[in-house]
Amino acid sequence: MKNWNWRLISTHAILIVGVLFMSLPVWVAFATSTHAPETILRDGLQFLPGSHFFTTYNEVLFVEGGVMKSVLGTTMLKNSLILGLGFAIGKVIISMLAAYAIVYFRFRLATPLFCVIFLTLLLPLEVRIIPSYEVLAKLGMLDTHVGLIVPLIASATGTFFFRQFFRSVPDELLEAARLDGATAWGFFIDILVPLSKTMIAAILIIMFVVGWNQYLWPLIMTTKEENYTLVIGIKQIYQILAEGGELPQYQKAFALTILATLPPVLVVLIFQNWFVKGLVESEK
Amino acid sequence: MANLALTGIRKTYPNGAVAVRGVDMTIDDGEFIVFVGPSGCGKSTLLRMVAGLESITEGSIHIGDRLINDVSPADRDVAMVFQNYALYPHMTVRGNMSYGLKNRGMPKEEINKRVNDAASLLRIGDYLDRQPNELSGGQRQRVAMGRAIVREPEVFLFDEPLSNLDAKLRVQMRIEIKRLQRRLNVTSIYVTHDQTEAMTLADRLAVINDGKIEQMGAPIELYNNPATLFVATFIGAPQMNLLPAQFDGEKLISNTLSLSGYDGLPQSQNLILGIRPDTLRTDDNGQLEMRVDLVEQHGADNLIYGAILNSENTDSEETEFCFKTGQEVMPEIDSTLRLGFDPDKTLIFDKESGDRLR
Ligand SMILES: Nc1ncnc2c1ncn2[C@@H]1O[C@H](COP(=O)(O)OP(=O)(O)OP(=O)(O)O)[C@@H](O)[C@H]1O
Ligand SMILES: [Mg+2]
Repeated sequence: MKNWNWRLISTHAILIVGVLFMSLPVWVAFATSTHAPETILRDGLQFLPGSHFFTTYNEVLFVEGGVMKSVLGTTMLKNSLILGLGFAIGKVIISMLAAYAIVYFRFRLATPLFCVIFLTLLLPLEVRIIPSYEVLAKLGMLDTHVGLIVPLIASATGTFFFRQFFRSVPDELLEAARLDGATAWGFFIDILVPLSKTMIAAILIIMFVVGWNQYLWPLIMTTKEENYTLVIGIKQIYQILAEGGELPQYQKAFALTILATLPPVLVVLIFQNWFVKGLVESEK
Repeated sequence: MANLALTGIRKTYPNGAVAVRGVDMTIDDGEFIVFVGPSGCGKSTLLRMVAGLESITEGSIHIGDRLINDVSPADRDVAMVFQNYALYPHMTVRGNMSYGLKNRGMPKEEINKRVNDAASLLRIGDYLDRQPNELSGGQRQRVAMGRAIVREPEVFLFDEPLSNLDAKLRVQMRIEIKRLQRRLNVTSIYVTHDQTEAMTLADRLAVINDGKIEQMGAPIELYNNPATLFVATFIGAPQMNLLPAQFDGEKLISNTLSLSGYDGLPQSQNLILGIRPDTLRTDDNGQLEMRVDLVEQHGADNLIYGAILNSENTDSEETEFCFKTGQEVMPEIDSTLRLGFDPDKTLIFDKESGDRLR
């Protein structure tokens, strides 16, 4: 009995330490963001919430010149959302179509082509960032949403997941649909897409978070402040802090950080059931 | 409605496997044809070629006077029922049944009418708004059939549609399929390896072996007059009893048995004597001596399994034998039965070629 108690306590202790380790920094960032700049400058990081929550967040989100020179927090939030959603939706569409072609159209190069797609895993954007930039610059697409998203959406992982899923769909469904007069497009839209619902949801969620957190590419691609995403905004505000000037606005930097982590957390929390289902369950 | 003609059909799969080696047949309008044969003999392949799901390596298929070799499955005017039902899992029963009609651009009222008619015919009217995973196996099977019926095709194709059902349901659905086909009078091809299904459903039966049609005809014709040893053993349950035999000019010799009543058979040639279990009878003067190993009581009938003792003196193994009789014959295990039979009801085959000689 005693033994058992000790085991319980020690495992819980380990888990609690883990939870604190993960969440304490977030909490400190939040608590600090609700204090006045003078307090932070004088007393350092804060562990308890202060009284400046509304002032700080209002300025960050809605007041011109509140965080950046001109761009509002809401605009950066919008840009981040566009990037996250465009990135996720684009990836799902492209990889579903690629997987559809590879699995259902018996063209001769299907397998080698799939290998090539898979090999691109070894070539992340960071490796081809200069040529990509060059291409987009020549196309005049720097500082546009399309230019920001399109170069990112080819997805080997997504293609792989959908390929595995499509291969598990029984052949008879395709045959029944062919006898029912479905076109290639009809089969995809009417049968495959609805069957892949949970899979699509899972990949959308993962990719939204990945897209939201994109850093290097938006940093290079965007030159105008109005196109900043939250992640870029954070980078800029800390740079401003480092360069010094008047009273450093640490609380705003923290507020921006909190704002940037919030949407991905919400998405995962709200959709985690779908997410788990999509990865675990093979619905047939 | 139309007849269906297969001419010189061959199929070689891309990997080199030859599945069908020259099949010719004509199927009349409204006829119910059953393909039966052992696993891997090419039944499904043949059916799928009619459906358009497999390409035709050689030969031609006509529905009516229309050559359909290169017509897409959707335009062949055939409907198929699959073994595992192949229902669209995310659509309701109604959705499943109307999908093919929608794709053909049929007006909504017409679709609804057809779906409702088929549903009441199949007694699935109450389930129209359910999804397939909320149905039992038998109900799913009905939906799969409903999906075929609403299309009002020229030809129905069934690939072992009942093999996923339990025995009782299978019998019930079998009767229903037959009734439905009579009523709709649509030319149908039905693949099975269950010979009861084959015998009871078919107007004509095609026994397929190794990609070729061994024999085609009415089920009872195939039972009574099999052209080859293969057909004789494949059709009929329990299976026909076989004894090795030779003809010495007067009598048929099988080990120590010497049977009269046979003449005109080739001499010095290995023959096979085939006796159906139900043509045997107990007979104190009979020549066959059978040691009883097992008695299966089926109710009205008893099936008695054992070995023929007359063949013990050869180096070959004991010859397995089955004797079908009424429930009143209930011999002890290990007792010996004397059996007799009418030579006219037995069949003689050439051992080498399998051809029937008598
Ligand atoms: N897609 C394929 N590629 C290559 N060979 C195939 C393919 N499908 C079937 N075969 C071969 O063709 C032969 C006939 O197969 P088929 O499926 O028609 O048999 P079947 O009579 O329907 O058998 P079963 O009763 O087991 O369903 C088999 O030897 C099989 O191995
Ligand atoms: Mg088959």
